[in-house]
Amino acid sequence: MSKVTYRQADGSANTIEVPVGWSLMEAAMQNSIEGIPAECGGGCACATCHVYIDEGDMSKLPDLSDMEGDMLECVAAERLPGSRLSCQIRMTDELGDLTVTIPSEQF
Amino acid sequence: MTGDVFVVIGGGQAGIQVCNSLRNSGFSGQLILVGDEDILPYQRPPLSKSFLLGDVDEQRLFFRPQSHFEKQSIEPLLGTKVIAIDRSAKTVRLEGGRTLNYTKLALTTGARVRELDCEGAANAQVHYIRSLNDSIALRNKLAGVERVAIIGGGFVGLEVAAVTRKLGKAVTVYEAEDRLMGRVVSPMLSEFFSDLHRENDVSVCLGERIDKVEVSNNTVQIYTNKQQSLDCDIIVAGIGAIANDEIALEAGLRCDRGIVVDNRCLTSDPNIVAAGDCTVHFNQFAGKTVRLESVQNAVDQAKIAASTMLGGESVYEQVPWFWSDQYDAKLQIAGINTDYDKYLTAGRVGDSRFSIFYFKDDRLIGADSINDPSCHMAVRKIMATKSASMTQIQANLNDLKSFAKQ
Repeated sequence: MSKVTYRQADGSANTIEVPVGWSLMEAAMQNSIEGIPAECGGGCACATCHVYIDEGDMSKLPDLSDMEGDMLECVAAERLPGSRLSCQIRMTDELGDLTVTIPSEQF
Repeated sequence: MTGDVFVVIGGGQAGIQVCNSLRNSGFSGQLILVGDEDILPYQRPPLSKSFLLGDVDEQRLFFRPQSHFEKQSIEPLLGTKVIAIDRSAKTVRLEGGRTLNYTKLALTTGARVRELDCEGAANAQVHYIRSLNDSIALRNKLAGVERVAIIGGGFVGLEVAAVTRKLGKAVTVYEAEDRLMGRVVSPMLSEFFSDLHRENDVSVCLGERIDKVEVSNNTVQIYTNKQQSLDCDIIVAGIGAIANDEIALEAGLRCDRGIVVDNRCLTSDPNIVAAGDCTVHFNQFAGKTVRLESVQNAVDQAKIAASTMLGGESVYEQVPWFWSDQYDAKLQIAGINTDYDKYLTAGRVGDSRFSIFYFKDDRLIGADSINDPSCHMAVRKIMATKSASMTQIQANLNDLKSFAKQ
């Protein structure tokens, strides 16, 4: 199973195994990783599951949908090149291990 | 705060949010979450969307795993009904006789479905969606049927219509009013959605009320006020919800088709707060007293309720927002848009992406967006920070995000 490391804004980190098919947001919730409120539960409707993908992992991810791109315009923390909504990134066999950083604010 | 016992009644989204907010704010006393379902708090929105379709498994619906409750010292008392609140003794009596003392109490009891009460409804095994078990039961039943009648053209009914069409069923929607989602969206949006469902081969019957249902040989017959009848295999009803305010009412708390709370989510008892679907409050954006059934209201009121329990002064002033997924259309609503006198459209209604802005007395009161999330988010930001006129919105239509930040 692929491992995803969630780094908090303060530098602390947790690494968890993420089953294929799960989103990075769902895996974070089910493992009590703080900082991803994900109020809409993965509906791409609230922009509160923002994460920064590590530069080295960015090319592995599928492209942004228009919807995700639009929602990212509205995130609370600064939008950076690695910004994604963790509810829209599903683990696949091909994706492999990832590292993401959770921004300090989601609202 | 050590020595304090905070009790939260109701294990839905508002309940878990109250608990999490209390712990995040440093509350160190005893914290008990009483829920009448026998499972940990889970998300309800997917129950009529991705979960019903079979895209999401049960485990992924939970807000937090068991270990979170242990780590945060939140004691879940699941499968437990509350019988009564004794406000003078500051106790809560549970089914089975146990009594809990509380220092502060939070009511997050939610709402329950309104049941179809026409002739024959009791024999027709009508399906509703409120709980996980409801959605599982419907999902299982759908696997073996072809013809689905949906009663109620609101969010839940229409989401179920979209899911059941995706599953290849023959779907009929009955709405008693003359347009879909009439309580929450404008006539333009209602028409957009009736067109959308008809394009997806749903039979949409407006202004049609169910007089009677009959069951014979596994077929359900529906008879309407327009002397129409329909044979179907299953009825799903989404005809509204009723606040679970009975224990509050019996305890003498002020209720008005919901537990009345002020802008600090305080009930008429200074030691009892309430949040979410079970409450009614004066909403500054609606300009009237409302009962909101939404994730936003549950989460934001819960945060304020937790703050109030800890003696904080935070007030509830968040912009209401809602969303619904039907086929490829994501509807996002900002504000309460029922009482407008003018509107402005960005894009063309009927296109795959557009927004409608609503104004009252030349002030922006909200917007409905179809597949236009950046507009939705900008409107929420604008409404939270300033008053915007129709001229201002029109002048800034191409860059609302910058206008929101000004």
